Amino acid sequence: MTASIGLGRRFFLASTAAGAFSLGWKIPAAQAATGAEVGIWAEIHADDTVIVRIARSEMGQGTLTGLAQLVADELDADWSKVRAEYVAPEVNNARKRVWGDMSTGGSRGIRASVDYVRAGGAAARAMLIQAAAQKWNVAAAECSASDSVVTHSLSGRRLRYGELAEAAAKLPVPEKPVLKTPAQWKIIGKGVKRLDTAEKLTGAQKYAIDVILPGMLNAAIAQSPVFGGKLVSFDAAKVAGMPGVRHVLAVDDNAVAVVADKWWQAKTALEALPVTWDEAGNGKLSSAEIARHLAGGLDAAEAGLGQKQGDLAAGLKAAAKTVTATYGTPFLAHATMEPMNCTAQFADGKVEIWVASQNGDASLAAAAEAGGVKLGDVKVNKLHLGGGFGRRGQQDYTRQAVLIAKQVPGRPIKLIWSREEDMQHDFFRPITQAKMTAGLDKDGNVTALHARLSGQSIVAYLSPSRLVNGVDPVAFQGWAADEFGYMAIPNLLIDHAMRNTNVPVGFWRGVNANQNTIYMECFIDELAHAAGRDPLAFRQALMAKNPKHLAVLNAVAEKAGWGKPLPAGVFRGIAQNYAYGSYVAAVAEVSVSAKGAVQVHRIVAATDPGYVVNPQQVAAQIEGSFAYGLSALFYGENTVENGRMVEGNFDSYQILRMAEMPKVESVIVPSGGFWGGVGEPTIAVAPPAVLNAIFAATGKRVRQMPLKNQGFFPA
Amino acid sequence: MCNDGGHGMITLTINGKQHQVDAPDDTPLLWVLREWIGMTGTKFGCGVAQCGACSVHVDGEVQRSCQIHVGDVGSAKITTIEGLSPDGSHPVQRAWLEHDVPQCGYCQSGQIMAAAALLAQKPRPSDADIDEAMTNICRCGTYNRVRAAIHTAADLAGKV
Repeated sequence: MTASIGLGRRFFLASTAAGAFSLGWKIPAAQAATGAEVGIWAEIHADDTVIVRIARSEMGQGTLTGLAQLVADELDADWSKVRAEYVAPEVNNARKRVWGDMSTGGSRGIRASVDYVRAGGAAARAMLIQAAAQKWNVAAAECSASDSVVTHSLSGRRLRYGELAEAAAKLPVPEKPVLKTPAQWKIIGKGVKRLDTAEKLTGAQKYAIDVILPGMLNAAIAQSPVFGGKLVSFDAAKVAGMPGVRHVLAVDDNAVAVVADKWWQAKTALEALPVTWDEAGNGKLSSAEIARHLAGGLDAAEAGLGQKQGDLAAGLKAAAKTVTATYGTPFLAHATMEPMNCTAQFADGKVEIWVASQNGDASLAAAAEAGGVKLGDVKVNKLHLGGGFGRRGQQDYTRQAVLIAKQVPGRPIKLIWSREEDMQHDFFRPITQAKMTAGLDKDGNVTALHARLSGQSIVAYLSPSRLVNGVDPVAFQGWAADEFGYMAIPNLLIDHAMRNTNVPVGFWRGVNANQNTIYMECFIDELAHAAGRDPLAFRQALMAKNPKHLAVLNAVAEKAGWGKPLPAGVFRGIAQNYAYGSYVAAVAEVSVSAKGAVQVHRIVAATDPGYVVNPQQVAAQIEGSFAYGLSALFYGENTVENGRMVEGNFDSYQILRMAEMPKVESVIVPSGGFWGGVGEPTIAVAPPAVLNAIFAATGKRVRQMPLKNQGFFPA
Repeated sequence: MCNDGGHGMITLTINGKQHQVDAPDDTPLLWVLREWIGMTGTKFGCGVAQCGACSVHVDGEVQRSCQIHVGDVGSAKITTIEGLSPDGSHPVQRAWLEHDVPQCGYCQSGQIMAAAALLAQKPRPSDADIDEAMTNICRCGTYNRVRAAIHTAADLAGKV
């Protein structure tokens, strides 16, 4: 049976006596001992070590540990002996894609894999039991498994998985293994420690940027600063004599790279390289112009339909009072801590890459296309990501690394983007605005609601074939009829006037749900205020048709002590949402100084993801969602001037730090029966909960993000 | 043979060992560690002293190695994440394990080095001390666990 099909290798990087990691990817003999593949998801070694194969990517969200828990529980494995290993994309292809989809985004890691990885664990368990039954010449039904041991109940005989694996591996894989009921779970639902922590505490964890290979050269790249601009020329002779410089190369039609012995030398030479760009007529674009472009969509006659029910016009006509407000959110860079990078080698018509990717399949395809080779001639080494947040689903950096390597055949080339390249050549969270209009009757009930979005479409930019009759369904995230929490509003219209720009846009952790939830939850708060009602009670009254939304809202309100007295000067705000299959809600407690210093004293955040795989990792995702969401709320903004992004590094694109991070209390209320995501939904409620608390504290509605432009800053 | 344009060999003391490097004086210590010596535990995040991913100890004080010219290091003793403890047993590392602090982990070398330097100076740091000392950026948002782990590390160090 085969083993080490993936990248268990990353754990075994050889080290020289001098401390340099330079020997490449050899597996030391002691580690190369192979186990038996029992089914496809588990490889079991003689010492009972269980290696669970992972097709998705680990970028911090804990999916590697969660997926291993799912397999190990159904396998009845001894958790202390479980390890995880990536499946390599080319091996997945060669095995007819038995490990399924590798793309890791949309909080899908667990929820889209859960059925088949659990089945894989259960199948392996059945095979081990069958193998034991055959050895003992007894019926399988008389045997049971627990903690990596099969026991024959009548005789008390026991065999360890490590003793059974070889025989089990030769048995047919059951097609429809019986899965455990939730009551039988032992590892699913437990807050076990992550499998990937120890290496991250000593510097031993190898990220893609840490790859060092024999003969490797390093590349620094400059892309056209103007979006849509082209490379015209560069004067390589001016830098050819600089230390370490080997090559100066065009990359595609819009970038130039310097290849040197060291990356620092490449970057230094690149900064000295005279380059001429053609702005291709795009050099005048500005944030002001984009804002006007979007404003035109707010009242445009034509818009794509998200959902409607009832009769909006009649509902508004019947209202005693109409409330209108316009909101907006800017472009945002992902700013992963590890800048984009990829190492590529082109040799003998084959391509090998070392990459941090949210989609191993897409990396393979990009490398094949850039290298001009067949899919089968690409080898992909997947490494842990130093952050992803949606950025590493796109493979522009992989493509560039291969294009460079193809011009320097036979040598591995490590391409690293500077932080400035990373921040200014992102696939940004799209810029959008929303005009919200609602009617209230004389008793303060909502008679009608219209949410008109205007702004850029991710789908139109990245995958126009997924537009539906010209409409981007992702733009309405959280607002579809089966997602929206206020379906009791009788007359409803949600639509989108698409207003695109030439700024690249993409999936930014939480995607459109972030922006839509700011618009909706702040506006609902405005309506509650206009109706003279408590924001919690006002929402509860609108959720008659949405009991699961309501349950999470109530859970957060109870834990936060909504309605109970607070210290002087402290005020609450509330928000709720459904996205990525999970129901979430949050309460923020905030005080605001006369100068605008916002102190977030406490966050209570509830989530109902259906089933929970690992509660302490769910809590980590909730905490992290507030760090990411509040960074965006307070600071996040990428502005366009002269056709290019202005902000280039963390001095101008500030990130929330320790002193500004609020206390976060997680309330996990799994209602069972479904599997929701946890990496993203909570980000959507972080900003509106705080914004609504700021209104409660100051009477000021902030409708244009970020807060730094509106006189507010973290205390 | 060598075209590094170096100003002669520089001797560095890193994690108690001497290293000879042939790098120009103005090369940032970060890149000397990563590329000349091959120690990649110290991370590149911004290059402008904002994020702290490149934090190392220079004679016991935490500094951002992207801003230190290798020619200015002289005889100072450099400690990197690889040399904080021989086996990951520093109280900060043990506390980090206990709290399962890292998510992606990329910033954690710097967070751990900053925390270790703080504890060396203040064995019982207050939350305000932590706020002041821990300015490293984490995009995954591990701050609350970092804070809790620093308090735990103070307890662990106190028990030795």
